[in-house]
Amino acid sequence: MSTVPQMPKCWKVESKPHKFCPGCGHGLVLKALGEAIDELGIQEKAVFGADIGCSLLAWDFFDIDTVQTHHGRTTPVVTGVKRANPDTICIAYMGDGGGYAIGSQHLVNAAARNERITVILANNCNYAMTGGQMAPTTLPGMKTETSPYGRDVNEAGYPTQGPEMVAAITREGAYVARGTVSNLKQLKGYFKKALQNQMDGNGFSFVEALSTCPTNWRTNAKDTWAFLEKEMTQYFKVGEIKNPAAKEGESGE
Amino acid sequence: MTEKPIQEEKRAFLTGNEVVAWAALAAKADIMYGYPITPQNEIMHYWTRMAPKFGKRFLQTEDELSAGFTTLGGVLAGRKAFTATAGPGNTLMQEPMSMAEMMRIPSVVVVQQRGGPSTATVIYSQQEVTMTTFGGNGEGFRIVYSPSNHQELFDYTIKAFNTAWKYRFPTFVLGDGYQAKLRESLTLYDPEARGIELIEPEPFLGTEPVNGTKSYTNMRNTYNTEDELYDIIVRYGEEYKNIAPEVIEFQEFDCEDADVVIVSHGVVSRAAKGAVQELRSQGLKAGYFRPVTLRPFPADQLRAIADKTKTLLLVESSYGQMSKLVKEAIFGSTVALEYLLKPGVGVTSEELVAKVKQMI
Ligand SMILES: Cc1ncc(C[n+]2csc(CCOP(=O)(O)OP(=O)(O)O)c2C)c(N)n1
Ligand code: SF4
Ligand SMILES: [Mg+2]
Repeated sequence: MSTVPQMPKCWKVESKPHKFCPGCGHGLVLKALGEAIDELGIQEKAVFGADIGCSLLAWDFFDIDTVQTHHGRTTPVVTGVKRANPDTICIAYMGDGGGYAIGSQHLVNAAARNERITVILANNCNYAMTGGQMAPTTLPGMKTETSPYGRDVNEAGYPTQGPEMVAAITREGAYVARGTVSNLKQLKGYFKKALQNQMDGNGFSFVEALSTCPTNWRTNAKDTWAFLEKEMTQYFKVGEIKNPAAKEGESGE
Repeated sequence: MTEKPIQEEKRAFLTGNEVVAWAALAAKADIMYGYPITPQNEIMHYWTRMAPKFGKRFLQTEDELSAGFTTLGGVLAGRKAFTATAGPGNTLMQEPMSMAEMMRIPSVVVVQQRGGPSTATVIYSQQEVTMTTFGGNGEGFRIVYSPSNHQELFDYTIKAFNTAWKYRFPTFVLGDGYQAKLRESLTLYDPEARGIELIEPEPFLGTEPVNGTKSYTNMRNTYNTEDELYDIIVRYGEEYKNIAPEVIEFQEFDCEDADVVIVSHGVVSRAAKGAVQELRSQGLKAGYFRPVTLRPFPADQLRAIADKTKTLLLVESSYGQMSKLVKEAIFGSTVALEYLLKPGVGVTSEELVAKVKQMI
């Protein structure tokens, strides 16, 4: 039996094994994304932008034209590529800090302009790369390095509901969903629809992926999955929020 | 095939912002990304009116961070992209330009300086010299042209595209609010008709397969080790030093026997020129030196003059930003330094003549 795990064709073999911590959700998100890209046959036309955050570790993850940008600035870089060359299929990959904090104005405005790009955001409830600080998505009461007594919603507000926000500010043509690394088949399906939506020229597409960060959560394998499946999904509802294709009679997932 | 924007040479009477839009068209820029700020707005106004006629595009972004980063995206996609900004917008522009510096992404930014710090005035100044030459968390591996009139604004905006794409250091045209808003005569021309070859951009990302095989590009600006970064920055530094003699531009006259040499840049050098001519007509030994490139700075050329003359009079519409560059350039010289520093305010020939007479 082969010991080599099955890799999507568009993964760059030379950069594997990848650099994420064991049990990290980023690798799973990118597995689902890689499979979606393979199945759509868009490896050669795709342009992948990686934000600063643990997502930067994906700068050489794919055999796909890739640019690693600045923290929060992947959305505009990829927007610039798409506007200049609409034949490309542009993907901006970022964390919850990158998308909902420092880069939120870019996310909001790209969505409002209905940019024909696909934004994929890994939500791991913290700023992982910088050592586990509170993020916009940190759950109420959750302890992080900058909320050592737990997130106090009176001080820090409630977790950002990203896809719901994007859905609220986009009109027809946008695709918005929230998936999870605990259901990769579904997540891959969302990615495929998001990318197809871009390829069809419909409009903006956005998929948040609930992701894991055992290193900063300080959880073992069992607790990691329990947090993802029990705690996170209470605040962050998994499912499609907006799907232009479904309106035309195709069934959503 | 769309027609060329400028068919044959013609005299025109335009504002500086209009000139920049014409120059970008003439340089075959494909797309502008921008965010409104006075005094550069009309660059966008003219571009958005003219560009569609020539198959060119525009995106109004949500801020200058986005204007800068989308510009870099446009360049990565293989287009001649550019942006324009001023003042607080230039502050935001420093972040994308530091990425351009690190990743050697050719980029053109036109800056029309306004008063600072902060929001200050929307009118005029030369207070964005330090930021434009050395902004961002980098080493100032940039090229900065400081034009002084509308013909130069046209010439150097065209040139900036070639410079950026040839050397792959971020390139700035550092204008100001007076130049932006003033109307002046100049000759518009098609650079190719004058034998100026325009460098064709090439895609970094979204490249086509060659003979059926696509080779993939992975670009980054983050490094794992100190040594890795050190090697890159040292290499960039060497390259920058090597190209500097080709890039450096300056003007001088009447410096040979001068007792006082007025050093100024940009629109202020027009007053300096007038003053030196007036002083000479009165038999006073004044000279003129003007860095056209503020970065790289014509250091050797100014040093040679500093070694011959008695006094350099440093004049600028800032509290000493060009003066800092001058002092670094002439380090070790014993020439006397005098100053006329007028932050955010224009300078006239008359006050320069009076100042020099008072000094001699
Ligand atoms: C302008 C800027 N501010 C701050 C940082 C430091 N920084 C790097 S990664 C990061 C947070 C990353 O969190 P997130 O986007 O959620 O990604 P994750 O690492 O959790 O996947 C921060 C604040 C930076 N690189 N740039
Ligand atoms: S710190 Fe967290 S998000 Fe980053 S690689 Fe490790 S597990 Fe993944
Ligand atoms: Mg995060």
